[in-house]
Amino acid sequence: MPSEWIYIGIFSLIALALPAAAILMAGVLGPKKPNPIKNSTYECGIETTGETWVQFRPQYYIFGLLFLIFDVETVFLFPWAVGYRVLPLFAVIEGIVFILILLGGLLYAWRVGALSWQ
Amino acid sequence: MTFWQDPYAAAVEWLRNLLIGWGLTVEAAQLILYLAGGIVLAGGSLALVIFLIWAERKIIGRVQDRLGPNRVGPWGIFQTFADILKIFTKEYITPNGVDRVPYNLAPVLAVAAVIMIWAVVPFTVTLYGADLSVGLIYVMAVGAIGEMGIVMAGWGSNNKFALLGAFRAVAQMVSYEIPMVIALLIPVMMAGSLSLGAITASQAVWNILIAPLAALIFFITSVAEVGRAPFDLVEAESELVAGFNIEYSGLKFGFFFVGDFLHAFTIAMLFTVFFLGGWRGPFVDQVPILGAVYFFIKTSLVYLVNILMRAALPRFRIDQMMDFNWKYLTPLSLSVLVVTALADKLTLGLSAWVRIPVFLGLNGLLFLAASVMVNRRAINRPRAEVVSRPRPLARPETAVQPETNGGVS
Amino acid sequence: MSTAQILFLIFSAVVVAAAVMVVLSRRIMRAALWLVLALFGVALIFALLDASFFAVVQVLVYVGAIATLLIFAIMLTRGVMDDSKAQLNRGWPFALLVCLGLFGGLVYILSQWNRFNSAAPALPQDAYDLTLFGLALTSPDGYLVAFEAASVLLLAAMVGAIYLALEKRGN
Repeated sequence: MPSEWIYIGIFSLIALALPAAAILMAGVLGPKKPNPIKNSTYECGIETTGETWVQFRPQYYIFGLLFLIFDVETVFLFPWAVGYRVLPLFAVIEGIVFILILLGGLLYAWRVGALSWQ
Repeated sequence: MTFWQDPYAAAVEWLRNLLIGWGLTVEAAQLILYLAGGIVLAGGSLALVIFLIWAERKIIGRVQDRLGPNRVGPWGIFQTFADILKIFTKEYITPNGVDRVPYNLAPVLAVAAVIMIWAVVPFTVTLYGADLSVGLIYVMAVGAIGEMGIVMAGWGSNNKFALLGAFRAVAQMVSYEIPMVIALLIPVMMAGSLSLGAITASQAVWNILIAPLAALIFFITSVAEVGRAPFDLVEAESELVAGFNIEYSGLKFGFFFVGDFLHAFTIAMLFTVFFLGGWRGPFVDQVPILGAVYFFIKTSLVYLVNILMRAALPRFRIDQMMDFNWKYLTPLSLSVLVVTALADKLTLGLSAWVRIPVFLGLNGLLFLAASVMVNRRAINRPRAEVVSRPRPLARPETAVQPETNGGVS
Repeated sequence: MSTAQILFLIFSAVVVAAAVMVVLSRRIMRAALWLVLALFGVALIFALLDASFFAVVQVLVYVGAIATLLIFAIMLTRGVMDDSKAQLNRGWPFALLVCLGLFGGLVYILSQWNRFNSAAPALPQDAYDLTLFGLALTSPDGYLVAFEAASVLLLAAMVGAIYLALEKRGN
């Protein structure tokens, strides 16, 4: 394990521990007087109706999927961009073809209206 | 390298020698240094939030022709300390039916995910946490952990509004991540590395001059990623119930905002690293510690623009926000990437005095073309007519007449 | 045991425990959160192996994108809060058989390998140099076809997904 990752690991633990410690400390300092009204779910002062889990529209799913596809695309493009300085013009054009194919996909999504939030 | 040129490196060296002098092995000394450095950096970032909250309230106050905090201490500078004392003594209200582990983990993750970015930011040549070879993707990946924090807050709270707010927030964050990553490919291309240190070091010419459009896209998308005005529709404190943090109280609620303020400053730091040359500036080769000064001056300027934008712009609607991302920023960022990649390869042998005007001109042309296309779409787009429903009670002839017989019928 | 081995045992214990919890959780959303932990644990193991690029990409793609997509998909289902139904359906003995078969196969393959006690070979300095990765991806002697095919595959995935999701919206 290289030293950078050891540092990141230690730092992440500290980054988690500091807020957690502060929250615990505030929990000790603060008063604790729960009552049923106070602990009820907030709904602008009225009783909540129905289940918490409302069914969402497929729209979120479409955007999630588009995000996933572009995310994977950028993963392929990162090594290409890192090597850009030493790549020949031919290889750069390959990368551009890669981008243009996906741009075509984006345009298709746009045309069929998948990008419009309703 | 004397103490005055780089006090940080000198101090680290002194501490390391001291620890080894006490009979520790080199590895153990390194581990203790990591621990100490980590605590100082993470603690420092949290302490900075105290100042940031004051500065932001003061600046926004001045923009809105108010004084801002002005009672506690000179210029109200101790206002935040008073707020901290207050929030630490507040009760935690845990509503019925929450899923305890995600509910309590969420505020911690929201802050930790921001602090973790600081681990890879280079403040000077020698002053940084870790020069990770994949620093840029690390920054993006840490953002994903923050998203999980928001999902946990929404799911754990057992509240419809929290859940809706969380999912809107996540949809916004993931959408804006696309143009952001694509815009960041340009600094990576110029540096030939994903390490933030190498990206800074490679900017003999600041990246903002090579790809001003990419810089603009990164600036906008990073603000959207934080969810600040004008992209704060997931919170919209003044209009909706608070969004994913609705069921939180006391310091747990406060930490979402600590994460927000710190994130706003952190994206200014990242902008400085990627596009404004980080610690680079005159005489930095002789006196490395000057780099930290340049770094914080540049960061503060970007942060100031950020605050002024928050003060000046109204909030987006969710469909406008999604349209802006998917139909404007994403195609634009892909075009900038393609154009910059081609232009840089084709003008490779030329001097910087020729190349930079070429880059600037191409970016200007692209921006112009995008603006023309957007304007044409905006003119041609059919607009739904917005009228309110007829309200019978509001008209005099339908108003309820007072009973003449005293209400007895 | 070296520190790296102890860390590996801890990380893999986290991954296995989280994976088991994915199956055992009665609430589907909790199962998704456990899955996130399992995927994150895999990233930790990549980091342990010095595969920095794969570690961060694992978090970026799996925790950032796939888990988000999964959670959005869960939100499409009805009755997620309902944890009164049975966790098993009638096909469970068959699934168990397949799982045991796969596990047995993996154990068999691993038992054929006899270098558990030898030290890992030292990797060359540039083993994780992304420049070489980029060159290999775009070189005609390397993975050029695979690189462009990936783009077409992503395009096909996008078109297919949009087609399916928009069909649903029409109903």
